[in-house]
Amino acid sequence: MSAVLDPHGHAGHAGHGDHAHDDHHPHGWRRWLFATNHKDIGTMYLVFSLTMFMIGGVLALGIRAELFQPGLQLVNPELFNQLTTMHGLIMVFGAIMPAFVGFANWMVPLQIGAADMAFARMNNFSFWLLIPAALMLVGSFFMPGGAPAAGWTLYAPLTLQMGPSMDAGIFAMHILGASSIMGSINIVVTILNMRAPGMTLMKMPLFCWTWLITAYLLIAVMPVLAGAITMTLTDRHFGTSFFSPAGGGDPVMYQHIFWFFGHPEVYIMILPAFGIVSAIIPAFARKRLFGYTSMVYATASIAILSFIVWAHHMFTTGMPVTGQLFFMYATMLIAVPTGVKIFNWIATMWRGSMTFETPMLFAVGFIFVFTMGGFTGLILSVAPIDIQLQDTYYVVAHFHYVLVAGSLYAMFAGFYYWAPKWTGVMYSETRGKIHFWGSLIFFNVTFFPMHFLGLAGMPRRYADYPMQFTDFNMLASVGAFGFGLMQVYFVLFIVIPAMRGKGEKAPQKPWEAAEGLEWEVPSPAPFHTFETPPKLDASATRIVG
Amino acid sequence: MGLVGLVEASKKMRINVLWNSARREVARLSLGAAAWTATTAAMARNAVNDLPGGPAVRQLDLHPPVTRIAESQIWLHYLMLAICTVIFVAVFGVMFYSILKHRKSKGAKSATFHESVGVEIAWTVVPFLIVILMALPATKVVVAMKDTTNSDLTIKATGYQWKWGYDYLKGEGEGIGFVSTLDASHREMSDAGQPAGDNYLFKVDNPLVVPVNKKIRIITTADDVIHAWMVPAFGVKQDAIPGFVRDTWFRAEKTGDFYGQCAELCGKEHAYMPIHVKVVTQQEYTAWVEGERKKLAAKADDPSKVWTQEELLAKGEKVYAANCAACHQANGKGAGPIKALDGSPVVLDADKAHQIAIVLNGQNNGAMPAWKQLSDSEIAAVITFTKNSWSNKTGQIVQPADIVAARK
Amino acid sequence: MSAASHQGTTPYYFVPGPSRHPVLASVGLFFVILGAGQWINGHGWGAYSLLFGLLWWAFVLQQWFREAIGESEGGLYGDRVDVSFRWSMSWFIFSEVMFFAAFFGALYWARVHAVPSLGSLDNAVLWPDFKGGWPSAVPGATASPAGIVEPFYTMGPWPLPTINTALLLTSGVTLTIAHHALVAGQRSKTILWMWITVLLGITFLGVQAYEYWHAYNELNLKLSSGIYGSTFFMLTGFHGFHVFVGMLMLLFITIRLMKGHFTPERHFGFEGAAWYWHFVDVVWLGLYIVVYWM
Ligand code: HEA
Ligand code: HEA
Ligand code: CUA
Ligand SMILES: [Cu+2]
Repeated sequence: MSAVLDPHGHAGHAGHGDHAHDDHHPHGWRRWLFATNHKDIGTMYLVFSLTMFMIGGVLALGIRAELFQPGLQLVNPELFNQLTTMHGLIMVFGAIMPAFVGFANWMVPLQIGAADMAFARMNNFSFWLLIPAALMLVGSFFMPGGAPAAGWTLYAPLTLQMGPSMDAGIFAMHILGASSIMGSINIVVTILNMRAPGMTLMKMPLFCWTWLITAYLLIAVMPVLAGAITMTLTDRHFGTSFFSPAGGGDPVMYQHIFWFFGHPEVYIMILPAFGIVSAIIPAFARKRLFGYTSMVYATASIAILSFIVWAHHMFTTGMPVTGQLFFMYATMLIAVPTGVKIFNWIATMWRGSMTFETPMLFAVGFIFVFTMGGFTGLILSVAPIDIQLQDTYYVVAHFHYVLVAGSLYAMFAGFYYWAPKWTGVMYSETRGKIHFWGSLIFFNVTFFPMHFLGLAGMPRRYADYPMQFTDFNMLASVGAFGFGLMQVYFVLFIVIPAMRGKGEKAPQKPWEAAEGLEWEVPSPAPFHTFETPPKLDASATRIVG
Repeated sequence: MGLVGLVEASKKMRINVLWNSARREVARLSLGAAAWTATTAAMARNAVNDLPGGPAVRQLDLHPPVTRIAESQIWLHYLMLAICTVIFVAVFGVMFYSILKHRKSKGAKSATFHESVGVEIAWTVVPFLIVILMALPATKVVVAMKDTTNSDLTIKATGYQWKWGYDYLKGEGEGIGFVSTLDASHREMSDAGQPAGDNYLFKVDNPLVVPVNKKIRIITTADDVIHAWMVPAFGVKQDAIPGFVRDTWFRAEKTGDFYGQCAELCGKEHAYMPIHVKVVTQQEYTAWVEGERKKLAAKADDPSKVWTQEELLAKGEKVYAANCAACHQANGKGAGPIKALDGSPVVLDADKAHQIAIVLNGQNNGAMPAWKQLSDSEIAAVITFTKNSWSNKTGQIVQPADIVAARK
Repeated sequence: MSAASHQGTTPYYFVPGPSRHPVLASVGLFFVILGAGQWINGHGWGAYSLLFGLLWWAFVLQQWFREAIGESEGGLYGDRVDVSFRWSMSWFIFSEVMFFAAFFGALYWARVHAVPSLGSLDNAVLWPDFKGGWPSAVPGATASPAGIVEPFYTMGPWPLPTINTALLLTSGVTLTIAHHALVAGQRSKTILWMWITVLLGITFLGVQAYEYWHAYNELNLKLSSGIYGSTFFMLTGFHGFHVFVGMLMLLFITIRLMKGHFTPERHFGFEGAAWYWHFVDVVWLGLYIVVYWM
């Protein structure tokens, strides 16, 4: 789909197996509203999540501005809690998750040689469900009492005290869940059923593998989240007592159900990132990915382990010793398969012939900074240490290291890597590098000091803090605005030009050593690709004949 | 070698010394950065000093420990930090070496290897062993942490929105109970955006007082939503869950004041419910218990006593400022979803029963919390106060006896 | 009309062209969640928005499915699409299982952990009078820790739930008979047994409605009867809702059968609905044991 803003859809028409199908080409607004094309839907997902990232980021800047110095300057504590809650919800459910679905939409069919997603209409439905959900979620700021303010984890019984916006939030999450489940089923079926002949599972690009496993996680845990918030809803309005001890329920039960969803959820936000990085490192090291098989097993192990570690978020709720020990051990184990991935990437780079275009910079940045976040996660998993750090800024530092420098960096890497294929134009390498270095520096300025704040005991979700915490908070706030500006730069000077088709024309395969079927079709990828399955060579990375 | 032995050993190995110098180094660096920020912001800020027992300025590390548990936690943290740093340096040493040497611009030609079962097994097994190494000492601390038996003193800490209630349940001082609230002036400084003082947000009216070197078992629970009782210097953080009791313990080895804050999001005033623990010598503790006992006896409400309006109003004003003003505001106008008391039909109603019931039991799922933990005279006074303040000029009086009747 | 007769025109994998259904269905759901959220907060207009949204959504779905059925009967769906449907239905049912798992998990936690510990010695500080028996209406004990729940009787397995078990199990058998008949090409026999299955489903719902009436009016067992009432009604209620949905699926399949859809070889629509029905059946067996017997 050439330049996204071009009303005529596509320019080239030379794709392999691309039949004359022009009658199918929708134009104007219909093209987007009624889309059944995986590329168009992927684009919509990406644009949507970028928008939500902006909104979530502005909320984060609200938080950081208030925390710039002690005392309340800009917002009152109610609004502060709303900012925190909505920042978390919007980033997780509005920015990161849909962005990865956008990547999957674009790349999975291209990478496995399929004509489209298995269920093209349902695919569009998954996307369009996001819109009412986002409207409800963001709109809840304008409801009486303001947006939900119970944290993105929506712990009962605080949620039982919230105003009507809580219900809007709950229904929005139901819809988002339905969207995720349908999207995941679509991805699973596409991968299992629509691979081109010769594309065996063990020849499939890792991005498809990580998404396959992610989709299973989603199918397994989104309904559990739906159950938890449904109980919240009935406790709020229909007299049930799930979380109310007065009627025999238990607030901690909410946490168990939520984290049974919540922990796999954080891996949902990182596994596709692993997939993207696994595509980029070999391309720029000009060397095959090291340990493909162990990568697949490691991904699966992480996913399986993710179901038995949830209570590491609950060490301070007062579990029996055996519970604490079990969840501590299980959590620590995840370091092993994750380590395998890190080592494999480094072994891929080892004795390669590397160049450092922007995708590679972000991928290497990802490995470096994500690992720091992984280590702080490991430190948190040690229950006695977590007693000190739970609900402090140390946790905030940990998860921004894995989410921003993890998931988000991988998405930037993926964007620079694949955008030439999407838009048909190359980004500017200089601008990409500015974006990378600016983001890297400001990211660390923002979030590194939070480790110290957490160690010193500054609790999270605090609208005001003791004077001793001032300096590091100031530093973090300055960094946050810098980081935000870098993202504005990214949007204005990299994304928008690319979408308007400005820039050097991209060759079919802009990266010397990139492998995979996506590089076998022209740039921009034609509207329809692989309508009849391509004939693949033995490695399933090239089309023959 | 026991844990304590390990701690000793680490001291001998001067890890701490090294750490401290590194710490000073980092502090100096961040000082520079912070100074820069401060000037850029061009704001005149009161100088602030470390708060002994609370946070230090630009503190980089966990609090100086006052209990064995806190000490072991710190030690575990150093251990983890050390192992992780070593792995980090090793792993990224390799990566950056490769990045520097194996560049295309340096003429590097890529090799073709892409798997090695031996290496892959090695880097699965070795991390596994490292993880076990980490888990072993951690296990000991977990077991020690959870052992709340044989305590000398048992105190119940109840989280309320937004204050802590303390009840001495067992041991010396049994029967003492009080509520601990953030000093109103600090809340006002916060609102005004003009904080000051080393103990900003830590000053409470009634600190928890405990004797040194005694095993104190803290039972936590909550009245409305989940809170968490945290004192970093003791290495203690325990969620307070409504309707359930949980426990934790500490044995402070030093006297002094120790501070913590509520560590579970509990609504809008979450940042304003600090914890202040005063650890005193046994003699001081005994004296304090005596004093409390006397105060209690003097304060004890005589429900049959009839109060004058002035008495009620004077007392009511204090109760209002300490408990109600956070939401309903000093001017009684409320804010946002919080209902106004000024001009409220419930407050103006000649039938007092409705207002008494709301104050005792709360309303809207606890958005208006229940206040039954206040004494009869306090509730009577504060209701009388609301009925006769601002534009409310009802002249009505509520006596403690009315509350006693309503509680039944 | 069978797909097989169209083999020549069946594309490798059918990808539908642009469609207005998805976006319109989302619009319907917007009114659903908007209305629902407002209605439960006391705004009457919410009910109309909810109703409007539901009708709109149902209408769009009807159009959507009609188009899909047309494509199916028009022979556009090859074997590969058939496999896609099989995978997707399986994973959809798996997600439903996980939804029920959340509520079964809640029941487990409440029974095995929450209620006993509320009645334990530790918690005597807070709830001195609560005995902590399950179901929480042990005679002589308070029904809930705070004494806010009126005494109630619990719902035993006799006779209604057992009747319902029999109904559902029977319906599983009748559905299988219908399937065999379809494979054997005996269309009218298939239709007959499908109708019987649908009727069994409807009867199940009728009995459950009566069970609820009985609970509310004769046992004083309500949704608000503490954790017992919460888990009882939410588990059986969601199950009942799924029976309703499954019954609708079977009904539409029956109607399609009567219109001459499906062949002995290709009838995934039929099988998908049958899978769903069996899933509902299995969940019921879980409920029957865990909720009614234990
Ligand atoms: C992308 C998201 C993501 C990822 C990948 C992770 C990864 C991990 N997380 Fe994190 N986590 C979150 C997102 C994420 N987390 C979020 C959002 C929260 C807060 C939620 C909230 O409360 O709001 C959280 C909170 C959180 C807690 C609770 C803290 C608290 O509230 O008290 C814990 C505790 O155990 C934890 C642990 C871990 C661990 C052990 C990993 C591991 O997977 C990390 C594994 C990686 C490595 C270890 C590094 C690489 C490995 C090597 C180089 C091998 C060699 C290493 C060794 C042998 C040591 N996380
Ligand atoms: C999933 C991904 C994700 C991402 C990408 C981010 C991104 C950021 N987060 Fe986020 N954060 C969470 C997930 C995420 N966060 C979660 C789950 C929580 C927990 C919530 C809870 O406690 O319930 C949290 C909590 C959280 C807190 C703790 C709040 C509290 O405890 O009270 C803070 C505080 O600094 C913070 C800061 C930031 C900042 C500065 C960014 C930045 O990276 C954002 C940068 C982006 C922009 C700034 C947008 C682009 C700029 C513009 C559109 C123009 C305007 C800009 C300028 C004028 C400069 N986050
Ligand atoms: Cu109490 Cu936070
Ligand atoms: Cu987790």
